[in-house]
Amino acid sequence: MENDTTRPGEDGASAGPCRADVVLEAKGVTKTYELDGVEVRALCGVDLQVCGGEMLAIMGPSGSGKSTLMHIVGLLDRPTEGTVTIDGVDVSRMEPNELAAVRNKRIGFVFQSFNLLARTTATANVELPLVYAGVPAAERARRAREALERVGLGERLLHMPNQLSGGQQQRVAIARALVTEPSIVLADEPTGNLDSRSGIEVMAFLQQLNREEGVTIVIVTHDANVARHAQRVVEIKDGRIVNDFRVEDRIDAEAELAALEGASAASGPQGGEGR
Amino acid sequence: MNFVESLRIALKALGANKVRSALTMLGVIIGVAAVILLVAIGTGVQQEITGSIEGLGSNLLFAFPGNFRGGPGGGGSGGGPGVAIRKQFTLDDAQLVQRRLGSEAIVVPVVQAAGVLKAGNRTVRSTIAAANEQGDEVFNATYVYGRHYNRSEYATGARVLMLGATPARELFPGQNPVGRDVTVNGERFVVIGVLSERGGSLSGDQDNQVYMPATTAQRLLGTRAISSIIAKANDADRIDLVKARIEQTLRPRFEDEFTVFTQEQTLGILSSLLGTLTVMLAGIAGISLLVGGIGIMNIMLVSVSERTREIGIRKAVGARTHDIMSQFVIEAVALSVVGGMVGVGLGWAGSAVLARWVPTQVTWWAVALAFFFSAAVGVFFGVYPAWKASRLDPIVALRYE
Repeated sequence: MENDTTRPGEDGASAGPCRADVVLEAKGVTKTYELDGVEVRALCGVDLQVCGGEMLAIMGPSGSGKSTLMHIVGLLDRPTEGTVTIDGVDVSRMEPNELAAVRNKRIGFVFQSFNLLARTTATANVELPLVYAGVPAAERARRAREALERVGLGERLLHMPNQLSGGQQQRVAIARALVTEPSIVLADEPTGNLDSRSGIEVMAFLQQLNREEGVTIVIVTHDANVARHAQRVVEIKDGRIVNDFRVEDRIDAEAELAALEGASAASGPQGGEGR
Repeated sequence: MNFVESLRIALKALGANKVRSALTMLGVIIGVAAVILLVAIGTGVQQEITGSIEGLGSNLLFAFPGNFRGGPGGGGSGGGPGVAIRKQFTLDDAQLVQRRLGSEAIVVPVVQAAGVLKAGNRTVRSTIAAANEQGDEVFNATYVYGRHYNRSEYATGARVLMLGATPARELFPGQNPVGRDVTVNGERFVVIGVLSERGGSLSGDQDNQVYMPATTAQRLLGTRAISSIIAKANDADRIDLVKARIEQTLRPRFEDEFTVFTQEQTLGILSSLLGTLTVMLAGIAGISLLVGGIGIMNIMLVSVSERTREIGIRKAVGARTHDIMSQFVIEAVALSVVGGMVGVGLGWAGSAVLARWVPTQVTWWAVALAFFFSAAVGVFFGVYPAWKASRLDPIVALRYE
């Protein structure tokens, strides 16, 4: 946390931190809720750029507006003011069905509570985005199997979510996020509901995806430790970006896992890092 | 996403909640089956009764004491079984009518009463249907054994009788009863004939009757009255004329206190009465179908709120408004269509089983009506929850607990 710029823009590029292409850009995003007649400002003019191939963490305490920001850039919610651009296309004024298509093709979601369909096999869960993309059944099954194999669940294709551990469920969710080969994966507290070991495994997997396959990943977290797995951290507080810096002492989750393996016998899994 | 996918998703969702789906369908099943069954009973009874009146023979006219004229066609207050009878017909009246009609018609006096039959230690409750020697002509009876009573037996009031199929079977199982003794209300009679089985019913069991000369019946019952006069016209085109003649003949003695129906009139009255009954039954059953439909709506609404998260997930990964809409509509329609089909099957089977006791006739219009109504109920009550589901904001749906 040594670099303290309130606005991105120090990396040499003209308008943002990105050297190459900007996958996602939010400009002047404001979100105002009405709660019992009282106006609540969740976001007050946030500017954010996510660069192609980077791993970014949006960090902030609960109530800071980080989830709201993720929902807006993930097109699950609409900004009150400001614009969101994905792959150079302004999506702020799109119809719900057009937004659905953009979510389907360009965005993959990973949620804290996994959000898998209950009583539905891992394969069927992963196939879901492809169903709405109109992919034929045979191809769907093949791509879902490949995605599940990528996350190391090739042996559990037909398991139901309740037959899988939390970590495995989150990996199914990651496979679902990847199966459409989106421009960006948005992960909202991906380790929040996991024990620390499963959490590290999931982080290791996200890092591997980013490093080896160049997938752009945005992680939303309240946990500084989780954020340190990313290359860049954007800190958000009271609806404003207060800090935007490169992580110097980045944690390698693989190494963490290896360390855990070494000292495994002593400590059992603790409660998760989340709420 | 195409229709096949929506169908697959909907069926999967229904399969995942088997008990709930089955219970929801039960409402529709009962509704549809009830419509089909009740209409089948109504129609069956209607056909049975009109059929058995037609089976009496054609060109018949019925004269009853009492003024029914308020009744036929309109159901006025004077009509029906409650009509007051001030003066009964007698055999003389029947004779008078026969004389006036001459060869235009065969006139038969009818005496009807309840009777208890005994043979050995066996007892049967039955109905006495007494007429004259020409009773055969109007009742269209056929014989297994024996014969009809003849003119001299009628004239003398002989203690002879013919058994319908039911009392014959009950009193003399596996035997020919002709020549045997039977007591009717304590008086001894000789069996001279047995009628063949007619099946079905006209206000009860047409086979559970005993036939004897009207004169004998009068003596047995201690009365000079007869229940009605039936005339069979020889020429179908002259029925109205025969009717007018009968009225002319009876008017001097009975003024307006009698009624002559033609068979056609009787059929018409009964048909409209029974038709009303059928429609009423269908209406009652329709209510249960409506309740079944509301059950579907209830379940769909519950299902929408229960699966709000699922809707959120589907939307997050790219489901469009109509994808969600079609999923829920198809679910509702599948519930009601499958329920409708099972209901049709059940109604049909039920009518077949019930046919052992009550005449039933499954009508295609009841099946079609029930089925399409159930499908319509599914669409109608499925659309609102589906619309509600499809309009949810993805983030609102995802946050829903």
